[in-house]
Amino acid sequence: MSHETIMKVDDLKVYFNVTKRDAMPWTKPDKLKAVDGVSFELKAGETLGIVGESGCGKSTLARAVIRMIPSESGDVMWLGQDLMALDAKEMRARRKEVQMIFQDPLASLDPRMNIGEIIAEPIKTHYPKTPKAEIKKMVEEVMIKVGLLPNLVNRYPHEFSGGQCQRIGIARALILKPKLIICDEPVSALDVSIQAQVVNLLKELQEEMGMALIFIAHDLSIVKHISTRIMVLYLGNMVELADSVDLYKQPRHPYTQALISAVPIPDPLIEKNKELILIEGDLPSPISPPSGCVFRTRCPRVQDICTREKPEFVDAGNGHKVACHFHD
Amino acid sequence: MIVANKNKIAEMAENMSGMDAVDGRSLWADARRRFMHNKAAVVSLVILALIVLFSFAGPYFAVWSNEEIDWSVMGSAATKGMPSFETGHFFGTDDLGRDIYSRVIQGTQISLMVGVLGAFVAVIVGTLYGAISGYVGGRTDQIMMRIVDILMAIPFMFVLILMLVVFGRSIGMLFIGIGLLAWLDMSRIVRGQTLSIKNKEFIEAARATGVSGFKIITRHIVPNLLGVVAVYATLLVPGMILTESFISFLGLGVQEPNTSWGALISEGAGTIRYDTEWQLLFPLAFFVVSLFCFYFIGDGLRDALDPKDR
Repeated sequence: MSHETIMKVDDLKVYFNVTKRDAMPWTKPDKLKAVDGVSFELKAGETLGIVGESGCGKSTLARAVIRMIPSESGDVMWLGQDLMALDAKEMRARRKEVQMIFQDPLASLDPRMNIGEIIAEPIKTHYPKTPKAEIKKMVEEVMIKVGLLPNLVNRYPHEFSGGQCQRIGIARALILKPKLIICDEPVSALDVSIQAQVVNLLKELQEEMGMALIFIAHDLSIVKHISTRIMVLYLGNMVELADSVDLYKQPRHPYTQALISAVPIPDPLIEKNKELILIEGDLPSPISPPSGCVFRTRCPRVQDICTREKPEFVDAGNGHKVACHFHD
Repeated sequence: MIVANKNKIAEMAENMSGMDAVDGRSLWADARRRFMHNKAAVVSLVILALIVLFSFAGPYFAVWSNEEIDWSVMGSAATKGMPSFETGHFFGTDDLGRDIYSRVIQGTQISLMVGVLGAFVAVIVGTLYGAISGYVGGRTDQIMMRIVDILMAIPFMFVLILMLVVFGRSIGMLFIGIGLLAWLDMSRIVRGQTLSIKNKEFIEAARATGVSGFKIITRHIVPNLLGVVAVYATLLVPGMILTESFISFLGLGVQEPNTSWGALISEGAGTIRYDTEWQLLFPLAFFVVSLFCFYFIGDGLRDALDPKDR
């Protein structure tokens, strides 16, 4: 595994305009801060897990780095090139290096196309001159790779189960041999046994083909299983970014600690005696996030300084970064 | 058939490499099967096919062409011009001694052509306009749809009649007039469908893959809204025929020596008090039966393509 950095995201911000209900046409819309200053680096062949509760900006972040959603400010360097500076046509050409896998396996496949056409679409888009026989061969190869029988090419998505549909989605993402695959909650729509199959398949494929993954999920145990590093998001802000083993062993941010304590352990005895850290309250509105530290409204360790100053995202040793005034 | 073991898959694939790929059943095939189970629609389809066939094969059985005048009948259509095999006037003649059988064939051709071509133009223009408007969204969408609103606010029949009066009465003008306005409803329906389709994940998947906007519309959006379009188009055809007939009935549409169902019905209705009811009834029968067929087929298609059925 090489350790060259393939993606460098610097202070990425994604704001959405929200029009108030009684707004006049000339009133300025509110800004919903979906992602508010996220920076990270991604190395070739590694897996970056992104976790956080619903609405914390995981999916928005993943889409914004590949410009599926326009971002407010920030830079994304991809293989030494600034993606934000490209025009639409150049950007489309670069999309062959980054592919995506989606949450709802069936909805991400065009119901009017058979799976051969679906899997071949990236080739037809980026290499339109490829001869038919070669496309067919490539489709067959990639289908075997993801565990689908190649004689199913003429079938249609609705004839497959959820797990199979997700394999089709993975095959489509793999066929161009991308350097990065963004997995947006690829397993949350599947049941547990299929989840394991799909995650293990992704892991195997990664070892075989060496692409990097950005893996979004809200199931911490799955993220732990697949990730090299994990980023914890809260209200569009990074609260912690660390090596996955490190993060589980020694979570530094109170939010991460609470998240990890909430992971059920499949042993009733341990589970019963486990110390559960509960967080009070609801997620604050991203339209008017709390001043200072975004987590202060729910934090068990809150002090005066948290209201006044936004904590820096600092290295607490060993590349374990955390945004808290009182990380220990 | 999920097999976790990859070697096993490869092995199975090896074994099956000699076998042909399994045929899948597409949504279209499903819809066709459902349509075939709808008796009224299938019967309508057959009848309509026969009418179309008649309009092309009919002239070969005609004794009189549509341009010939039977001088012996002229002036006494009520007594000599009735339908009969002996005289060769299968459907009788009109007051001028022209053969209704041939005239109906001619009228059928023109009416169906107006209906089908008009609907075709409306479908193409309306689908592309609506799909682009819906997919691009934002300000473009606003402007495009306001244009449609404005055009819709214009009293269509009034403008059409004015156009025919000012620019002369011709089939070409009629086409332009009907075609210009018929796509409006289509574009609205298509836009609505596009809005619901464009937020589906497979569109996002295509965008993430790098497919261009135009390709997404033609490759992903249009095939997915074709069901609705097909249903609406079959309902549009009789609408077109009705409009054309109405205009022709008023005497503004198709002009002599051409004719259409509307023109024939108008003529027949005008002479009905002279006991020449066949002049009205034959074109009317074709008109009514065809319209019924189109509506039944449209209904059948809607049932067959309705996604809620699944």
